[in-house]
Amino acid sequence: MTTATPPDLDRRNRRFGIFALVLAAIAGAVFATGTAGVATTFQLNDVFGEPAYATLPAVVVPVAPTALFLALVIAGVGLYQAVRGFGDRATIVISVLLGLFVLAFLVWAARGQQLQVLALLRGTMRAAVPLALGALSGVLCERAGVINIAIEGQFLAAAFTAALVSSATGSPWLGLVGGILAGGLVGALLAVLSIRYRADQIVVGVVLIVLATGVTSFLTSQLLVPNPGLNAPDRFGAVTVPVLGDIPLIGPLLFRHSVTVYLMLLAVVVVQIALFRTRWGLRLRAVGEHPKAADTVGIRVLATRYRAVILGGMVAGIGGAYFTLDAAGQFSREMSGGRGFIALAAMLVGRYSPAGALGAALIFGFADALSTSLQILNVGIPSTLLLTAPYVVTILVVAGLVGRLRMPAADGQPYVKE
Amino acid sequence: MKLELRGITKRFPGVVANDAVDLVIEEGEIHGLLGENGAGKSTLMNILYGLYTADEGEVLIDGEPVTFAGPGDAIDAGIGMVHQHFMLVPVFTVAENITLGVEHTKGLGLLDRRSAEAEVHRLSEEFGLPVDPHAVVEDLPVGVQQRVEILKALHREARLLILDEPTAVLTPQETEDLFRAMRSLKESGRSIVFISHKLKEHKAIVDRISVLRRGRIVGTADPATTSEQELANLMVGRPVGLTVDKADRETGEAVLAVRGITVLDARGKPAVDGVDLDVHRGEIVAIAGVEGNGQTELVRAITGLDPVAGGTIELLGRDVTAFGRKELLRAGVGHIPEDRNREGIVGDFTVAENLVLPMWDAAPFAERGRRRFGAIAEVAEREVDDFDIRTPSIHTTAGSLSGGNAQKVVVAREFARPLDLLVAAQPTRGVDVGSIEYIHRRIVDKRNEGAAVVIVSSELDEVLALADRVAVMFHGRLVGPFPMPVSREAVGLLMAGATPDEAMGATR
Repeated sequence: MTTATPPDLDRRNRRFGIFALVLAAIAGAVFATGTAGVATTFQLNDVFGEPAYATLPAVVVPVAPTALFLALVIAGVGLYQAVRGFGDRATIVISVLLGLFVLAFLVWAARGQQLQVLALLRGTMRAAVPLALGALSGVLCERAGVINIAIEGQFLAAAFTAALVSSATGSPWLGLVGGILAGGLVGALLAVLSIRYRADQIVVGVVLIVLATGVTSFLTSQLLVPNPGLNAPDRFGAVTVPVLGDIPLIGPLLFRHSVTVYLMLLAVVVVQIALFRTRWGLRLRAVGEHPKAADTVGIRVLATRYRAVILGGMVAGIGGAYFTLDAAGQFSREMSGGRGFIALAAMLVGRYSPAGALGAALIFGFADALSTSLQILNVGIPSTLLLTAPYVVTILVVAGLVGRLRMPAADGQPYVKE
Repeated sequence: MKLELRGITKRFPGVVANDAVDLVIEEGEIHGLLGENGAGKSTLMNILYGLYTADEGEVLIDGEPVTFAGPGDAIDAGIGMVHQHFMLVPVFTVAENITLGVEHTKGLGLLDRRSAEAEVHRLSEEFGLPVDPHAVVEDLPVGVQQRVEILKALHREARLLILDEPTAVLTPQETEDLFRAMRSLKESGRSIVFISHKLKEHKAIVDRISVLRRGRIVGTADPATTSEQELANLMVGRPVGLTVDKADRETGEAVLAVRGITVLDARGKPAVDGVDLDVHRGEIVAIAGVEGNGQTELVRAITGLDPVAGGTIELLGRDVTAFGRKELLRAGVGHIPEDRNREGIVGDFTVAENLVLPMWDAAPFAERGRRRFGAIAEVAEREVDDFDIRTPSIHTTAGSLSGGNAQKVVVAREFARPLDLLVAAQPTRGVDVGSIEYIHRRIVDKRNEGAAVVIVSSELDEVLALADRVAVMFHGRLVGPFPMPVSREAVGLLMAGATPDEAMGATR
């Protein structure tokens, strides 16, 4: 909507251009020097499992020339950006340049070794599961006008319940249902407190996180620790999609995952269509933008909000179940480790759209998977520092990309009928 | 459809908002509803639209009694309402807004955009209300948004439309367009309830006028045979003066000299763009314009509330561009702000405290760091008498006063001091006709005493009645001022963006 005025645009162009030149300088000075004659191997095959398909040759690149080449590309495009500017496409251009910079970094970091590209990308997909589902929860709530910062609490409640139910029944599917219901319950609490009692939604969100953290920690020490059998859930195994799963690279990347990954992708598609192409979504968004207008045409504002917030909690519940039924295989205290907040950031970076949230979740998931890959490569950076990568990337992306974000107009405002 | 209200009574704690109201709206009739603020017009219409429930009385449609539990029921019964504040979702398209709640779908709840847009197109042709179905509502001018609201009601097959103060936000030209659309709706057999406090508009468009005063219908009139004066008297309940007596007066030295000032809005764009303005002793310069063309920002800059991005402001030859609010007020500037509840009074303070607000820390109201309540009360009592402020006591909180009386508190406070410059923004907004008359007289008095006066108003009647010279703001630029008389049509054209040559030429 807002078009930047010329001086604004000039300044932005220059800032983005200078940023790109700094990236190029780092790539040239650090990654391309002192590595003469060393090569990096990019391994594109699935090293786990027995691939039934044709294997791809590994890609071997010399470190210094590659890094130098990438640095020159970044510098050239950055210079053009600083002088002339790419206008509206500047953000996309910068994103691509950042991608090239990361590539240069990988070439350097894995010098003389093999980088398991497929493992890195599969790790990205998996790490994106809770982030995308949590962000979807936020999208559903906030599009309807209720701020949901309780995603972290929904994760913990769902992860705990999923572990317990799956352990007790021996069925990960029942565990998943339990997780969804637990997430929905936290959503219902958020709904009642913020819609019916009109409590401050930020405060309610914080309280629910503290509540979920406290209750799950307490029950862990009182129930799970004395009875290890209750914290040994049956997990979801990998399911290979026939035919598609055998395609090189694409197959293991997208079609050889556990159920939670497929559920996440399905949820993004369904919510994207439902929000923007259906009557249900139009009404939900109307309630979040201008509840009084919705009310005057006979839409039930409060009921719409209740449904959206509880549904959001259930979607986050799938994300929570991922932690115990897929990633870890047991519940431990505060195991979501702040990913509910990264999911919140993914929602903002994705500008309240499911597709955007998935994109942002993949960026943050990549940072997560990268920190694992780098630990394996042993690049000489302390592993504790590497583990902060997802959080650092979150801060950078939120600060740099969110910019002029437009919230749903009635987000966070309780609706009172006259 | 024929609509009948019988004995409608609605009580709120402490007030009877509607008192046994009887009203009949015939099929194909434009029925005017006239009344001061607080007369009960909105309450009555909210009952009709199902937002309130009446305590007593009944509503009949075509002779059948009906009850509405909510707006949904009223819509189903064929009643449509165009609210004063539009009920449109700004980020939705025209078609989405019009079909919201009665969406066109093609199974599975999937929206059928093409069908919705075709329907909007058809309606728009049928009723002569041109809109682009794909346009996003927030990008549209107010007049077009209003058309969307009307189409929204028509899409729901409204046979009776309630238009609540529809002209308050329109330029004179847009008002003409609206009237044309209203006539075509009437020809199609639809009934319209037209609410406005502008007498001229009732005379121009309605078939019958019902006048509401203190919750009661005090008369029904035929606009063709009733004069504006008679209508005003009926509305207020006593004879009121509609014109302002204003003798010619020699103007003196320039008090305010604004040179090329620019004020930026929150997004850094110029809201006021290189404005020059001179105002002399003994003259009223009235600035007309549709709201949102920079008048608010201009006033805020002149009265020291916002900084300017360029240009200078001089007061009696002294550069006051960098003066803060307090310095300006004490240099002899009086300001009646446009939003009195936010900027004019402190609602939780008493009437007395509000009356001494600009001087609260100076003698005689404070000495050696202590407030002098005796002196405050003495001045407050005198001003309450002088300015005819109807309040139970000077210790009543100002927020509990009616709009007209709260405005009188602001006027009294600003006028009780000797002023060189008075800046009044929308001085009579939301004020009843009786108080308008009074406030106008005080403003003219101030001009006669030798103050320079700037009035900003979106009410054309007010501008034409008070101005010695008239200027118009459009898109941040000031056109004029031109010495009166300037015709109503010319000011209207200037408000819509015409050049002075076009405006003056077209009406000569």
